[in-house]
Amino acid sequence: MAQDGTRPGPGSTGGIDDAAPAGGTVLPGPAHAGADDLVQLIDHLGVRHAHARYDALVADVDGAALQKLYEDMVVVRRIDAEATALQRQGELALWPPLLGQEAAQIGSGRALRADDFVFSSYRENAVAYCRGVDLADILRVWRGNASSGWDPYTINMATPQVIIGAQTLHATGYAMGIVNDGADSVAVAYFGDGATSQGDVNEAMVFAASYQAPVIFFCQNNHWAISEPVGLQAHVPIARRAPGFGIPSVRVDGNDVLACLAVTREALARARSGGGPTFVEAVTYRMGPHTTADDPTRYRDANELEDWAARDPLARLATLLDSLGLLEAGYTDSVKAKADAVAAELREGCLSMPEPAPSDVFRHVYSTPNSWLDRQQDHYERYLASFAQAPQEGPR
Amino acid sequence: MSTMTFGRAITAGLRRAMDDDPKVILMGEDIGKLGGVFRITDGLQKDFGPHRVMDSPLAEAGIMGTAVGMAYRGYRPVVEIQFDGFIYPAFDQIVCQVAKLHYRTQGAVKMPITIRVPFGGGIGSPEHHSESPEAYFTHTSGLRVVSVSNPQDAYTMIQQAIASDDPVLYFEPKRRYHVKGEVDEGVDPASSDMGAARVVARGTDVTLVTYGPLVPTARDAAVAASDDGISIEVIDLRSLAPIDFATVEASVRKTGRLVVTHEAAQSGGLGAEIAASITERCFDYLEHAPVRVTGFDIPYPYSKLEFHHLPDLDRILDGVDRALRRPNSLSGLDRPDGSQGAGQ
Repeated sequence: MAQDGTRPGPGSTGGIDDAAPAGGTVLPGPAHAGADDLVQLIDHLGVRHAHARYDALVADVDGAALQKLYEDMVVVRRIDAEATALQRQGELALWPPLLGQEAAQIGSGRALRADDFVFSSYRENAVAYCRGVDLADILRVWRGNASSGWDPYTINMATPQVIIGAQTLHATGYAMGIVNDGADSVAVAYFGDGATSQGDVNEAMVFAASYQAPVIFFCQNNHWAISEPVGLQAHVPIARRAPGFGIPSVRVDGNDVLACLAVTREALARARSGGGPTFVEAVTYRMGPHTTADDPTRYRDANELEDWAARDPLARLATLLDSLGLLEAGYTDSVKAKADAVAAELREGCLSMPEPAPSDVFRHVYSTPNSWLDRQQDHYERYLASFAQAPQEGPR
Repeated sequence: MSTMTFGRAITAGLRRAMDDDPKVILMGEDIGKLGGVFRITDGLQKDFGPHRVMDSPLAEAGIMGTAVGMAYRGYRPVVEIQFDGFIYPAFDQIVCQVAKLHYRTQGAVKMPITIRVPFGGGIGSPEHHSESPEAYFTHTSGLRVVSVSNPQDAYTMIQQAIASDDPVLYFEPKRRYHVKGEVDEGVDPASSDMGAARVVARGTDVTLVTYGPLVPTARDAAVAASDDGISIEVIDLRSLAPIDFATVEASVRKTGRLVVTHEAAQSGGLGAEIAASITERCFDYLEHAPVRVTGFDIPYPYSKLEFHHLPDLDRILDGVDRALRRPNSLSGLDRPDGSQGAGQ
């Protein structure tokens, strides 16, 4: 990017820290961003800071590229709002908002190559957007029309994982396959701070280190696992766990899209060059509920939300763009038009989604015929057919 | 045709599958240089290399979950669970991931994973080494479950399991690993169906259904019963999910009596499923309620008591007597007329 507006960094080198001391313990409760080791290129006031290590990794991000990142974040925020509205209108059974996590997902998602493969949880809709998902496919699960929305191989992204942390092992196994194939693509596992308590995530790190698998563990520490604060999951910054497995890690300001892009690019480069796994802790905040069924006012202090709203990922990039003269009305109008168009496409895709047929319930359980299931399907189809043959009136 | 042990037959089947398809890889604890605790993978790492025979960290969920990722990548992983009781840490990955990904993705993602599980008791092992967890998996849609009982099936069915695009749990009766038998290595695995039950012995009075480690015991029971003039038809299910009910049904329509025997606990076990399904299908042909001869509803006992838990020839014959309304342990030996006792 143009270095206009750049100021000296805050002093810390930040970045990969595989030999850091464990540090003091913290009391249970929400951990806060802003620790000295946090990689940050754009602060919450929209000021671009120089960084000795990471500037080189985003040197190609010029003004137009920054504008594109901003557009991405506006669009995915709009997708989120539109889906939330669709849920409130009864068109979706549930929706897991990503409000506040746009920078972590767009910054990392835009760093990936088409042949990299993503294994995510259910909140990474912005990553799916980066992968080029057909918009209606995002909603298919939440409308109840399918167990998943897309063919994973069309966008190289597995469909959303509901079991917390299970996908980290899938990413690691996929990465082991990449090693066997002699390829230089990378698998990326997205998960939250709560998932780091799961055995699967810890086993995934053991396997990744053992086989030097080209996998990125991208943890979005959004501070809340439904109602449980990150302090209940971790007494030290989560990124400090990975070095214990032999995996280098980095803490990044998850509300800084440029910093997320930079650290992901570094992790990708390490993986592609045979350097093995990296753990990224993107420190961000889930500004909405866990899902639309959740009520965060029961467990979350309004002041905390206000604090984090002041670190909004979109607002800070808008401020930076403005300071660079890149936020003229023509540009913002085009971004708004894009967001409107995407939202309209999303709504249309949702409302026009074909209803599944009753017999679809039996499809794809197995690749090959199964005598038990075939019998049940046969019986059920005959049962359904009996309604068509039944008299329309009179006693049964 | 050659003579080999049950265990060697599995090894030979694995070797042939690996020769035929470079995407077949083995994953598990101690399967490399050691050749597995039962030596089933003996020599395979030496011949195929550590990238195809992968010694895994000691983490069953990790092994299963990374196998899922390998399958995503186009591999056909063959996972070894070292002992039956160690499969539980991998349970979530098996029932929530391996079993359901094909359904979840509308058929886009295949999970051609074979999960080898040495199972069952009778070898004097400590806790967690002798269990029969098959019913947990037969209850889970999306999985195929098979159990083998002789070297030829062991050789053929491991190849069929690996070739299947569906995930297969392949239960190996560990107390039979050293049993020898004839194996035709020239047989084409595609020429038969691992889902088809096998009639081990023909008979007309009682249908005796079993699988895995109890197949030889059931066959011995049929021989012993014939001395009393009782003709038992023995069926080796081979496939536990789905069960080839057509074969069982045809037999029960002929004999009118069904006895099911397995090592696993009775409640909610496969015997219950078979009894219920056959009753639904053959109610008018049954001369007696189906009889189960199973392990007890207890944690697997310590080894000095395990032979009380495991159905043996005499317990199976007692079950056959119950089905025939002959004097038996529940009717009371003082009732030679076969009238029903309180337990019936």
